[in-house]
Amino acid sequence: MSGPVRPQGVVNLADGEWHRLHPASPLLRGGLVFIAVIGFIIANLRERVIEIFLAIFAPESTAPIDAEYGEWQQDWANDPVGGIVVNGLVGWALLALAAVIIAVVIGFWLSWRMHTFRVTPEAVEVRSGILFRSHRSARLDRIQGINVNRPLFARLFGTAKLEISVAGQSANVQLAYLGSALADALRADVLRLASGARAERAQGAVAPAAGAVDGRADASSVVAPGVVAVPGTAQEPGAPAAAADAPAADGTGAGVPAVGAAGQRTPVSARAGALVTQRVDEFLAPELDPDLAPPESVVHLPLGRVIGSTLLGGSTIWAIILVAIIVVGVTTGQMWVLFSFVPAAIGLVSYTWSRITKSLRYSIAGTPDGVRIGHGLLSTGNQTIPPGRVHAVEATQWVFWRPFGWWSVRINVAGQSVSASGEAAQRTIVLPVGTAADVHRVLALLLPDAAAEVEALVDAGLVGRGDAGGFSVTPKRAAWLRPFSWKRIGLAETAGVAVIRRGALIRSLSLVPLARMQSVAVSVGPIERALDLATLRLHTVTGPVSALLPVADRTVAAALFERLAHEAIERAAIDTSHHWGAVPAPANETESLHVD
Amino acid sequence: MPEAPGLQPDETVHDEAQPHQQPQHLGDAQPPFDDAQQPEASDTGWLRVSPKYVLVEVVGSIIGMLVFVGLALGAYFLLHWQWALWVAGAIALVSLVGIAFEPRRVRSIQYRLRADDLLFRRGIMFQRQVAVPYGRMQLVDITRGPVARALGLADLKFVTAAASSAVTVPGLPMAEADRLRDELVALAESRRAGL
Repeated sequence: MSGPVRPQGVVNLADGEWHRLHPASPLLRGGLVFIAVIGFIIANLRERVIEIFLAIFAPESTAPIDAEYGEWQQDWANDPVGGIVVNGLVGWALLALAAVIIAVVIGFWLSWRMHTFRVTPEAVEVRSGILFRSHRSARLDRIQGINVNRPLFARLFGTAKLEISVAGQSANVQLAYLGSALADALRADVLRLASGARAERAQGAVAPAAGAVDGRADASSVVAPGVVAVPGTAQEPGAPAAAADAPAADGTGAGVPAVGAAGQRTPVSARAGALVTQRVDEFLAPELDPDLAPPESVVHLPLGRVIGSTLLGGSTIWAIILVAIIVVGVTTGQMWVLFSFVPAAIGLVSYTWSRITKSLRYSIAGTPDGVRIGHGLLSTGNQTIPPGRVHAVEATQWVFWRPFGWWSVRINVAGQSVSASGEAAQRTIVLPVGTAADVHRVLALLLPDAAAEVEALVDAGLVGRGDAGGFSVTPKRAAWLRPFSWKRIGLAETAGVAVIRRGALIRSLSLVPLARMQSVAVSVGPIERALDLATLRLHTVTGPVSALLPVADRTVAAALFERLAHEAIERAAIDTSHHWGAVPAPANETESLHVD
Repeated sequence: MPEAPGLQPDETVHDEAQPHQQPQHLGDAQPPFDDAQQPEASDTGWLRVSPKYVLVEVVGSIIGMLVFVGLALGAYFLLHWQWALWVAGAIALVSLVGIAFEPRRVRSIQYRLRADDLLFRRGIMFQRQVAVPYGRMQLVDITRGPVARALGLADLKFVTAAASSAVTVPGLPMAEADRLRDELVALAESRRAGL
């Protein structure tokens, strides 16, 4: 097709030059649909096509077929192929077909050719489009998270989709698709740049003391020039094989030049073998690189708990109601019930199924560059939330989960879609189901700055009531408004984190880092005023967590309002977690703090 | 009815019309968090919106009342529904009571610029008070409706990354709204915080 300028496994994609995506990208993004359509058409026309070839190469055998189809041979709507043959347009049809195929291939090639991206120390930029060019640039210091997704088909090609989300509606930067290892390396590079760490520091401090991620990023950037003189312009026919060799060398910088050089000389068969081996390795590799996170920080979900929790979840009740309605409808002969409720039942089943599959092989781990959440069995995905991006956390326990002590944890992060559509809602779930011990660990990962202080409050917050653990106490008169949960409602504040406990049937513990709280409000309605109560709300970015303290004593609420408003300003002023890398990590360097 | 609109009934309230100490230094590039040295200097106290804003609200209420009462009367005269007359009466009564309390409600709308945050409160039945740090500002929006424009008033909206914390200060004199916008932008710039 072309001599692709192929970024290779050892190339540092974050070098500020323009790079292209994986050559298979157009195929993976839209080409599969095209191929499927062609296949569908061919499968449907197979009989007629065979006849046509018979007619062309063995004219004497066509007589009975002509007799059979004779009556609608002129009907183009019924039989376009027949019409073409009869009117002697076979040559033109083949020509048109070839033209369409060529046009599509050229279109794919152009779209791949024109789709370039670069990562500079300030921003990620993507240029795309053939006729209507678009140039999108996302500032690195506004990055809210990086997702690497590997749909099943992309995995077969050894590719991955990198998505960089920044604050703002549909403001994501998508790089689909990149080589699998390249995507991982690029994520590490982007995170390193976003962390505020100076490039010189990272380059100079190569490896031994630095964390696993830094080390890998450095290895690739340092070694790259040794393999290919100018990364962006490396013309190499054997590129796929060279890329295939890269993961083997990944992280072990010393091995790269030798393997890369060898890859250029090995025969095709050996390269193909290496490619297959590498694909298999990638498929079997654990989703989370064991070097990346200390094992004690990793939370896994047993399969039984995933299935059990889903069956005991709220959707089960809906399922029972739906089945009951359908059964009653069918037995009483109300057939319209089928049409209105069966689709709902199907939707519920697919929701449950996707929930289970998304929770398979689930892992959450703390890495130096933020919390990493991975999931998926065949189509895998993982999400990295850099430090300082979590605006609110909530652990909830639905009443049916209580006997098992299961909790789920959700978060608010900026840039999430307001509408809770499936994919976006899925991303806000940090822990689909876990024990109280898991909640402890996940909270420590999500709020690393205040982990120790929050830790002390978690148990009292999850199941406690009254003033246990230093929570504010709700007066008994609040029972008029919250008859079940008033004893549990309370707020505690420690190390710049507001911890709100509430709910009896659905227990909830919300944590809001005050450094990222947007504003605070206190409101009093007529009934509340009669009872001398007030509601305190902590506003954060939009998400599934809403942090509010209902029915607090009015003077307590007013005092908390003042305290939180003041504390939020102070915490925001001293908060540097969004530039987490600027804090000197290795002790042996003279560090230039990032100042903006 | 309660005696004071806000949550701190003992707070002294300055009227917009009364001369008050304008915070001259707020726009300067002072270090953001030195309020330990000058805690009260930059506090404007509670400020009220223009009393003329009552007219905007009253006009809005009357238009709404006329529309609904007209619909109900139409139903009575055209369709001869007896109860529509009662509905019309009830709507008119509720609207008139609302209009009678309008000056009181407008007086309850107050804002206050503190050293590092903007306080806003309003409401007599449903009272609400919000504190928004200047550093959280994403944008400031000034809008003017037809009636407000005729009276030389404008609404100022202070938007943060949280949808629920949007603070709208209505009924500011146009010049004051412009000045406040510039001041808020300058304050936000000097106290910029992350998202």
